[in-house]
Amino acid sequence: MEAAISALKPNETAKMKVRNLNFYYGKFQALKDINLEVPEKKVTAFIGPSGCGKSTLLRVFNRMFELYPEQRAEGEVSVDGENVLTSKEDVALIRAKIGMIFQKPTPFPMSIYDNIAFGVRLFESLSKSAMDDRVEWALRKGALWNEVKDKLGQSGTSLSGGQQQRLCIARGIAVRPEIILFDEPCSALDPISTAKIEELIDELKSDYTVAIVTHNMQQAARVSDYTAYMYLGDLMEFGETDQIFIKPRRKETEDYITGRFG
Amino acid sequence: MGTGDHSIKKYDEELEAMRSRVLEMGGLVESQVRTALDAFEGANVELAQQAIDADRRVNELELDLDQKVNHVIARRQPTAGDLRMIMGIGKATTDLERIGDEASKIARAAKWLREKDGQSRVNRVPDVRYSGEAAVSMLRRALDAFARLDAQAAASIIKDDQGVDDRFRAILRQLITFMMEDPRTISASLDTVWAAKAIERIGDHSKNIAEHVIFISQGLDARHLTPDEVERAVARG
Repeated sequence: MEAAISALKPNETAKMKVRNLNFYYGKFQALKDINLEVPEKKVTAFIGPSGCGKSTLLRVFNRMFELYPEQRAEGEVSVDGENVLTSKEDVALIRAKIGMIFQKPTPFPMSIYDNIAFGVRLFESLSKSAMDDRVEWALRKGALWNEVKDKLGQSGTSLSGGQQQRLCIARGIAVRPEIILFDEPCSALDPISTAKIEELIDELKSDYTVAIVTHNMQQAARVSDYTAYMYLGDLMEFGETDQIFIKPRRKETEDYITGRFG
Repeated sequence: MGTGDHSIKKYDEELEAMRSRVLEMGGLVESQVRTALDAFEGANVELAQQAIDADRRVNELELDLDQKVNHVIARRQPTAGDLRMIMGIGKATTDLERIGDEASKIARAAKWLREKDGQSRVNRVPDVRYSGEAAVSMLRRALDAFARLDAQAAASIIKDDQGVDDRFRAILRQLITFMMEDPRTISASLDTVWAAKAIERIGDHSKNIAEHVIFISQGLDARHLTPDEVERAVARG
């Protein structure tokens, strides 16, 4: 499919390089020879109809697929030069470095404070005050601190859907990731919560590399710097979001984003 | 440009209705310009009044199209080819409305000339007629290119604008000569200058419409390129 290697501007560096990536669910090939560079400290959106492989691709990025049998990836996903797929590093460390936010908020059934501290304790032993600082820092980064600072002992599940999602983002940030993957982060949220998450994503990209899968094309247009259009396991087109939404190169992309699909 | 139909039929109908409305407005404006040019040619007050009256309907169509553009942007969040079409329609509408205004100016100049008739006849300048015909031809072909989204036809219209501009300067030189030779022709000559200037502006607006056609069909912003650059870029596709 169309080479995407040259999509980045000269002053941008690739945080993640995907080379000749193939992915199989048993015998079914869900990703076909994907080549792509995810730019550092930018937001890259993946769009395409259901079953196009966009969520699968996201799950390959941090080896989330390994939780399931019969699934295998071939090729290369390198972050800072190291192939994530063949890395001997503890997969938990890889997932701390490459965090993921899911469609449904998944707070742990514990206090707001512990939701944040839980993951940190896996990787670091911090003093009480250092942990307090880390929790506050993460909650501030997650744009949630002002809403929860007086009730850190309350259960994470007592928060609203939008707050729960921001709690999950803060939880991901607390372990100091470099890349944050969002898989349909707003599909269960109302427009106001969605706006808050989108604003947060925009702030996050000053520190982190962000990739987002979304069914909502307008959301991709709003939040992303780069957009990848996928169809039936192929990367059809990858380019700057303005280019994709104003003048896509391929007719297939045009048909999908203008609603002529089907 | 996407060629198939939208999954949402009503969206297709709305876009199609807007395109035909632009062409309807274009047809109206074209005939308004022709009427104004005839009025000027024959110093015919009745025709001049017809051209001036036609402007009201043109203005109504502009408001209607603007409202439709707002509607589609608000309701449908158009993208890619649809987005370019909507933006192009909005801009073409503005240009068509301005052409209508220029036609009214020509018609008013025709009336003034008539009122001064007998006092100081300025010799008819044939170039005004030729220039008018060239501008109307640009307008008609721009509308045709819009109807067919034909970027190559649009590029050739952009080239023709230079001719209309050159003609305007030639008319100006002739009229200056008249005025220097016989100051009694100054008043009528100035009326002719207004009409010639309006014709030259009609050429400019028709060229703009041609540029919008190129943007709609190819996503190329041709506004600040030379006609040759436009032609080459369009040929590349």
